[in-house]
Amino acid sequence: MTELTSLTIAEAREKLKAKELTSVELTKAYLDAIEAANGVLNAYVAVTPEKALDMAKASDERRAAGKVGALEGIPLGIKDLFATRDVHTQACSHILDGFKPKYESTVSQNLWDDGAVMLGKLNMDEFAMGSSNETSHYGAVINPWKAEGSNQQLVPGGSSGGSAAAVAAHLCAGATATDTGGSIRQPAAFTGTVGIKPTYGRCSRWGIVAFASSLDQAGPIARDVRDAAIMLKSMASVDAKDTTSVDLPVPDYEAALGQSLKGMKIGIPREYRVDGMPDEIEKLWQQGIAWLKDAGAEIVDITLPHTKYALPAYYIVAPAEASSNLARYDGVRYGLRVDGTDIVDMYEKTRAAGFGTEVKRRIMIGTYVLSAGYYDAYYLQAQKVRTLIKRDFELVFDAGVDAILTPATPSSAFGVADEDLASDPVKMYLNDIFTVTVNMAGLPGIAVPAGLDHKGLPLGLQLIGKPFEEETLFRTAHVIEQAAGRFTPAKWW
Amino acid sequence: MSVDLATVKRVARLARIAVTEEDANRMVGELNGILGFVEQLGEVDVAGVEPMTSVTPMEMRKRTDNVTDGDKADDIVANAPSTDYNFFLVPKVVE
Repeated sequence: MTELTSLTIAEAREKLKAKELTSVELTKAYLDAIEAANGVLNAYVAVTPEKALDMAKASDERRAAGKVGALEGIPLGIKDLFATRDVHTQACSHILDGFKPKYESTVSQNLWDDGAVMLGKLNMDEFAMGSSNETSHYGAVINPWKAEGSNQQLVPGGSSGGSAAAVAAHLCAGATATDTGGSIRQPAAFTGTVGIKPTYGRCSRWGIVAFASSLDQAGPIARDVRDAAIMLKSMASVDAKDTTSVDLPVPDYEAALGQSLKGMKIGIPREYRVDGMPDEIEKLWQQGIAWLKDAGAEIVDITLPHTKYALPAYYIVAPAEASSNLARYDGVRYGLRVDGTDIVDMYEKTRAAGFGTEVKRRIMIGTYVLSAGYYDAYYLQAQKVRTLIKRDFELVFDAGVDAILTPATPSSAFGVADEDLASDPVKMYLNDIFTVTVNMAGLPGIAVPAGLDHKGLPLGLQLIGKPFEEETLFRTAHVIEQAAGRFTPAKWW
Repeated sequence: MSVDLATVKRVARLARIAVTEEDANRMVGELNGILGFVEQLGEVDVAGVEPMTSVTPMEMRKRTDNVTDGDKADDIVANAPSTDYNFFLVPKVVE
């Protein structure tokens, strides 16, 4: 990794300000790194070198004229789920072949408005459905981390696997991602990076290919807590085009770093101690507790009784919403069309050819649970359980807890094409066991690297916060980060 | 509850996805695996609990009923597989 690509967003921001560096130089360094690495890691599905250099040049010109945005000149990667005008936007699906939107997502437009530069579109699980980035039409992403003494290819997690891998391998200064059941936090934990899913409604969903509309939320994946805070400040906004976005001021998240934890109550939920959880994860959790205690926080045991029902409820609600959101992919207005004898035949053939296996599975489950005769037993029941899951958190927060500390994942990164996981979809779903509760309750959650396992692979801890209290998460995650240190993979690609 | 082959085919029809006999048979097992997993939700006592309709409590914002967009037919059909005079072309719709 060249010197320039080792700079964090905060470090690059200083060097650009001090005129030690231009955005064109920085962007070129990233484009070179991508060229050298992407054939192996497959993090990017579309690189935009000309556009990147044009944007970098325009940024340097703006800076010379005294106009400096919050992310001026910083080269970023954009998950393929975000609509980027005239640039490949396919949610890594075959069914959106050739789709180049004539509009820009609000979140990415916010980044360009603040002066950032686009390097390209990042690989992901198809339609954000997956926990390993293996369902992508463009093939798997390879985790830049490898186990000690092993050459086995590992997954970066998913669905934002490309985003996490690119950040960890220094192929971008930071990346956008989305999280519906854990798709920011789990890959961040698998790659030793920081990922935050903000409160539902904090970022606009306009221009983001929809998976499950009551769960989806955009957020950054970055190298450290400060960078994630810088990115979220630019990404978040209220949006007239998204009525689920919330009209609250966006705080200066960076200012939360370094604030004291004295007087804060951190909740430790007993239900997150699951059967068969590796000892290392429990040890890491205890280590996290010790760090926060040392920093002056009060640790309290809490109970979130409906925790175990979050994952099954999610696997009813999310597929149900997905079956509705993915009904629009029919070969008429965009993407792949497979001809048929009549319109229904065209729909059926197009969707059969265009969607991957996991996506089809989830559409089928969703269609089934919403169909006549089953709606009450499944969907309605799941929505009621969801109210109880949210209520568990509300009761705990009302009792004075400021944030909740849990493990982020039940293991470190697993192997690509793991046969055990491939044989049973539910086994793959269990990767999200610690993360889905947060989406179901609409709360903010951050994953921060906290240590390495016995194989030398990164493990993360998760903090869950009160609605719109991302500052508390940044403040607390920063303490963990200061204690745990930084984790960078050894370059083998 | 579990699904059989006939149900899988019916659901595929509803979802407008063509399934081969082989696909449908495989899906019976996979879908039953998932349905078996979610079955445990039946254990939860939901008496008197409202289904969650909005994860962040809010009233939907409204706007004035004015035309604020449009006049961009070219953009709208730009990505379509088959168009003619800014119409989307499709195979015939059979009664």
